[in-house]
Amino acid sequence: MTPLVQVKNVSQHFGSMCALDDVSLNIAPESYTVLLGPSGSGKTTLLSILGGFLQPSAGQVLIKGEDCTSMAPAKRPTTTVFQDYALFPHMTVGGNVGFGLRMRGVGSAERDKRAQEVLKLVGLPEASGKKPHQLSGGQRQRVALARALVVEPSVLLLDEPLGALDLKLRRQMQEELKAIQKRVGTAFVHVTHDQEEAMALADHCVVMSQGRIEDEGPAERVYSRPSSRFSATFMGESTIFSGRIVARDEIETVFGRWHLTTAATGGTAVSLAIRPEHVVIGAQPLSLGKAAITDVVFQGSFKRVTAKPEKDAAMTLLARLPADSGVQPGDVMDFACDPRHVLVLTR
Amino acid sequence: MTMRSGIRLATSIYAILIYGFIFLPVATLVLFSFQATLFPIPPFTGPSLRWYQAVLSDDRLTSALPNSLFVAVISSAMATLLGFLAAWGFARFRVPASAVLRGLITLPLTVSYLIIGMGLLVLFNGLGFPKSLTAAGIGHVVINLPLCFAILYSQMGEHQANIERAARDLGAREWQVLLLVTAPMLWPALFASFFLSMTFSWDEFVISFLLTRFDTTLPVEIWNLLRSGLNPKTNAIGSLVFLVSIAFVLLFELALFRKPRS
Repeated sequence: MTPLVQVKNVSQHFGSMCALDDVSLNIAPESYTVLLGPSGSGKTTLLSILGGFLQPSAGQVLIKGEDCTSMAPAKRPTTTVFQDYALFPHMTVGGNVGFGLRMRGVGSAERDKRAQEVLKLVGLPEASGKKPHQLSGGQRQRVALARALVVEPSVLLLDEPLGALDLKLRRQMQEELKAIQKRVGTAFVHVTHDQEEAMALADHCVVMSQGRIEDEGPAERVYSRPSSRFSATFMGESTIFSGRIVARDEIETVFGRWHLTTAATGGTAVSLAIRPEHVVIGAQPLSLGKAAITDVVFQGSFKRVTAKPEKDAAMTLLARLPADSGVQPGDVMDFACDPRHVLVLTR
Repeated sequence: MTMRSGIRLATSIYAILIYGFIFLPVATLVLFSFQATLFPIPPFTGPSLRWYQAVLSDDRLTSALPNSLFVAVISSAMATLLGFLAAWGFARFRVPASAVLRGLITLPLTVSYLIIGMGLLVLFNGLGFPKSLTAAGIGHVVINLPLCFAILYSQMGEHQANIERAARDLGAREWQVLLLVTAPMLWPALFASFFLSMTFSWDEFVISFLLTRFDTTLPVEIWNLLRSGLNPKTNAIGSLVFLVSIAFVLLFELALFRKPRS
């Protein structure tokens, strides 16, 4: 499938600061792409470049094969849902949603009809006559979404759209966003720093750090096989420690010499990461030795346990144990894991 | 307890004195505008509307009144429009030496009206532009524009910029953004600027005095009246002017402090 959006070697400098460093990215039609990264990673800059609010210092942006690099936002087939929603405070919800159609010269009857359809799609069929200040945060969010969708863009850009909502509402809106995206078939590009949000939404997850794409692919792959240490720490938690390749598939670690399959060659220093759900107490082929439990947090369906291994007291071992396990802070237990679950990270 | 009530009493007396100091002259002026006899001095002989009748049958005063209104409305509209465009320019575009230029645009606020009036007088003389209501109106734009600019500039934050961006993103051209989004979004601030300018223009004497000749504004006409000595007619016209000023200020407050919209 030809990509809908092609970002080609885009860089963005603000003075001496480099916000984006030679970024290339393809976005498939009808996909849900999430740009994930900490603040300052360049994800919002990239979104602004896609929306046309910024012109990149170098590189090209192609949408549907057409060079849009220096095309004004109004002219390109993208619309943006802003972080603060940016609704027109003096217009009714209907006026807000119909604005894009009005700018395209659509008559008022047709405008109202289509605005109403989209309002129904986002779950606000009754709101048309209200003013934005009469709505709750979640409702404003939906109006912003409706306003951007009604003009049928090829790509919808969402800038931390759920950032201002409380946790429960955020989870609910995630499901709805995904459902709406599947229904309308528009490609969504969504910026967030919330990794759970990214995992819940993304068909294609792009992890960014310091102006670069650190890792990209299906969310499941990025979580289970992260390509770098950064991506492993940012997408989910893990226990991370260093190792050294001493022979083919032989890695020297503080826990002994492990036999793990890796493409890395001898002599290379690597990082090893283990997800907390893969750390167990008791019988598994790879022993992590004895560790003293420092903290146990009950989380409902599981217990989040932190421990200090005897082999390296500076390390923090993270484990997700069954909710009914009777561990206590101060206990010293034998921890272990399966070699299939150890991630060998070369960068 | 007695100590505390003593302090309360003292603060009340202090407040009464302060408010008395501010409002007693105005109250006296208004009271003696209803005087029935020839002099606006105690004892009060009214109430009578005789001096109001005299004001309304005075051709010079009744022609100065629409002149004043005309100058106030036109100059305030101009000052608001120019202030709006300047604020928009400074808030939305990268202007070289922006801080210095913003300082310069607000500078007339600190310059005395006399200096501005004389400056304009010299300039208009040099240009051969005659003394007129138009000249006074231009003077009022000069003194009110900085005020309008300051009020409107303070209302054009990053949130408003994002709203304008949203409009552009949805296909609005620049003039449509200004007309359909920026200006309506700032209605309260625009009204506030307009009515505050009206208040200042309506009361303004020095510039109008220097820049008008035959047709003139109400404050100048009142000054002419005062030259022939005190009489309750000046109190009556003063009270009317005061009433109109109060109305402008109320409109200003209503526009600015109305329930904020998010």
